[in-house]
Amino acid sequence: MTDLGALFLRAMFVENMPLTFFLGLCTFLALSRRVDAALGLGVAMTLVLGLTVPLNRVVYDLLLAPGAWGWAGYPELDLSYLSLLAFIGVIAATVQLLEILLQRFVPTIHAAFGAFLPLLTVQCAILGGSLFMVERRYDLAESAVFGLGSGAGFALAVIMLAAIRGRLAYADLPAGLRGLGAAFLLTGMLSLGFSAFAQMVTS
Amino acid sequence: MARRTLRHIFFTPLIRENPVTLQILGICSALAVTTSLDTALTMSVALTTVLVLSAAIISLIRRHIPVSIRLIVQILIVASLVIVIDQVLQAYFFDISQRLSVFVSLITTNCLVLGRAESFARHNPVLPSVVDAAGNGLGYSLILVVIGTLRELFGKGTLMGVPVLRTVEDGGWFTPLSLMLLAPSAFFLLGLLVWAIRATLSEQAEPLAHTPPDRREAAE
Repeated sequence: MTDLGALFLRAMFVENMPLTFFLGLCTFLALSRRVDAALGLGVAMTLVLGLTVPLNRVVYDLLLAPGAWGWAGYPELDLSYLSLLAFIGVIAATVQLLEILLQRFVPTIHAAFGAFLPLLTVQCAILGGSLFMVERRYDLAESAVFGLGSGAGFALAVIMLAAIRGRLAYADLPAGLRGLGAAFLLTGMLSLGFSAFAQMVTS
Repeated sequence: MARRTLRHIFFTPLIRENPVTLQILGICSALAVTTSLDTALTMSVALTTVLVLSAAIISLIRRHIPVSIRLIVQILIVASLVIVIDQVLQAYFFDISQRLSVFVSLITTNCLVLGRAESFARHNPVLPSVVDAAGNGLGYSLILVVIGTLRELFGKGTLMGVPVLRTVEDGGWFTPLSLMLLAPSAFFLLGLLVWAIRATLSEQAEPLAHTPPDRREAAE
């Protein structure tokens, strides 16, 4: 249990997706102008990462891992090079399914952050979560915790950046620095702050 | 005339309409690999290859892709190309492919590749599409190489692993800035680069979100 808790904190703070691995920066910067949009994106990210990482773990173990087809008489078969295609398929299907289900059963939530769901199909952080999961050999429970932690970390970072950018909207910045330039510098400072968490979880 | 427009298609994405600094496309995977110049170069070559090949293929079959499922078709083409590149890197450049970790696979979801496929290759013949892809790939590579050079030079005092500035440990004068090897420096460098480009090309500066009230009018 403590291991899983440590993994969650590590995924959320120490190995924060956008701030230390630069994953998902496109949406991170584009949707951090307003706090409500950032909140919606953060919730959607947490949900999708928490679902797809363990799902992809199951798909990888059952179909793709070296020796997964041993029961069918092909113990030599190693399909792990296909994992990229399989993961994208799983992510696209999950996102689509989630959107349909939310629209049908909880339309209020769908109205609040449904618009961000389609964006997440081709999001580096979502695919990156699944790829890290394979590279670091997490088991099913660890995958779920890792996915949720990474999503929560992304949400925290994007909401913080949106709050700062909201305050800076009235600041008189040099013309060339307005918008994207300032966003990069702010992200750098957030990233510097998050690197202080590096010693928080020792593993 | 045709040659001139091709040249235009090729050169505008290099600096003036650089995909990274103007459109925030493709930075997802760009910054993580810039701690040293050789990984930045490998990543640039891999991305430009995928970009050019996918533009060529998508442009070739552009009349046969149904509009409703075009995104899936494009992603499948890009993902297949990325798998090929990844296998080639693992076969011939194993060290670098280990250091690039998952970032080669993440070219699949690089917004730049899909962005060019969606906005250019889908509507244009093969030659302009390939030229456009090459221009955008080189514009992306330029940013990566600049940041990779700065980070490796000031973080370790080396370039491509060859010592350039002699460090204090070797009896030289240069103290490596270890901040340059950490994540924040990539954000700072890219932010400063964007600032520099937009200060030079002032038409790219973003408009003020709020116009401040005129003080003299308010005083009257």
